[in-house]
Amino acid sequence: MPLEEVLTRLSDGWMDGSGPVASIALSSRVRLARNIDALPLPHIAGDEQGEKVLAIVGNAIEDLNRRGTAGPMEFVRLAELSPLERQVLVEKHLVSPALLQGGGRTAVAVNQAGTVSIMVNEEDHLRIQCLQSGLQPREAWRICGLIDDSLEEKLDYAFDADIGFLTACPTNVGTGIRASVMLHLPALVLIGQAGRILGTVGQLGLAVRGLYGEGTEAAGNIFQLSNQITLGHTEEEIIENLVAVAQQIIEQESAARRALLQSGRLKLEDRVWRSYGILSRARILTSGEALQLFSDIRLGVDLGLIPDVNLTTLNELLVLTGPAYLQKAAGAQMSSTDRDIRRAAVVREKLAENKKA
Amino acid sequence: MLCEECKKRPASVHLTRIINNQKSEIHLCEECARKRGDLHFSFEPNFSINNLLAGLLNNESDYSLPLGRPETDSRCPNCGLRYSDFRQIGRVGCSECYREFAAKMQPLLRRIHGSSKHIGKVPRRNGTKMLRRREADRLREELAKCVQQEEYERAAQLRDRIKGIEKDID
Repeated sequence: MPLEEVLTRLSDGWMDGSGPVASIALSSRVRLARNIDALPLPHIAGDEQGEKVLAIVGNAIEDLNRRGTAGPMEFVRLAELSPLERQVLVEKHLVSPALLQGGGRTAVAVNQAGTVSIMVNEEDHLRIQCLQSGLQPREAWRICGLIDDSLEEKLDYAFDADIGFLTACPTNVGTGIRASVMLHLPALVLIGQAGRILGTVGQLGLAVRGLYGEGTEAAGNIFQLSNQITLGHTEEEIIENLVAVAQQIIEQESAARRALLQSGRLKLEDRVWRSYGILSRARILTSGEALQLFSDIRLGVDLGLIPDVNLTTLNELLVLTGPAYLQKAAGAQMSSTDRDIRRAAVVREKLAENKKA
Repeated sequence: MLCEECKKRPASVHLTRIINNQKSEIHLCEECARKRGDLHFSFEPNFSINNLLAGLLNNESDYSLPLGRPETDSRCPNCGLRYSDFRQIGRVGCSECYREFAAKMQPLLRRIHGSSKHIGKVPRRNGTKMLRRREADRLREELAKCVQQEEYERAAQLRDRIKGIEKDID
């Protein structure tokens, strides 16, 4: 079954580093917010109404499976999963943290590759999502669009000819699209330019936030760039705007990397190898420290300073060391200290394995 | 840009102070800004989009309706959500709320998105029908005007177009 595979497998379809400029743009994501006409939205719906939505959407997903638009998708209520399994889906970005807060009427459909998910009864009745490797929001949008068309054959979407798709929050009205790109920007952070460059994207209708960590802190130097405006532009315009800005940030990051190499190659080499040394020898690793060290290694790999680690290994390490996945793989609940010990062991193992391969 | 205080985290709070025409700028990270009591900053711990939106709504000037009238707190006939509830939680109760609160929604959408006109994707099955129906409504209004102004030739053309659309929809 797709879900069992996604829950246990390390690497999902979008993590293989195969996409364009995957060394800086780790992944791209598009999600569409959709609702069923006139049915109460999840935050005010009673149990019976929530069940009704589950049944209607369940039917539509069965039909989607018959058409094979996204390959076979497995539809499951979150209540049927263990807390750890739910958390793994969050760590894999297939389920939002908000869906876990949603109570007993929440469900998700996941495809075989772990690239497509349909969340039910989150903030909106439906959230259709597609993840792709590298800078490919266009492809993610294409796939979301196909699934959207397929579902619409069976679902009466809430839509208004003037203001478009109607969503729980007015910030999503119109296209209901949120497109985002995950960017790894260690050089910009290192030379102290990340804040300035990312600060200006707000003027272009985009938002940026750290993928991990609290508030403005971007643990592991991974930032998420996404559109904020959903109304008054076509989906294509929104995507092109995002791609254009992402490309400029990627160019700035590349330039910063070249500058760092030119002005202090040895210092940079020292830094990334030290991080490699810690990761391959440490006995206790917190997730915060691991993220920072992974960032150094990723930079080292991208710049050819560390030749023998590949991008897939790095992407897998991000999943492998997540608190929930760590426990799922070990088959046991662990205290945070035990997790830090386990994390260090897993990283050592993975890096040693990578060296042999 | 790094925080000027800790020189570690990226600066995200940018303050410009102008005292006696003397301009000074300071760039801090959220944490250091919070620590500096003299900046009089209070950071909302639950700073969510819904709170922000509710703020935007509560800030609106109610020029469209006189204050205190019961109509200002209309209730969605479909889901029962009141406009005041929406103002508080920042989310509608169902798709019908957009119709019920349309007069207030239009300016809000313009404030959020800079536009209140959808030009993107239209649902294949239901959407085209909806757009055609809307077009027919618009033509009907135009037709009524033409009749009033005794432009019968144009009125006849419009009538034919409306008939055509109605046939299409069915």
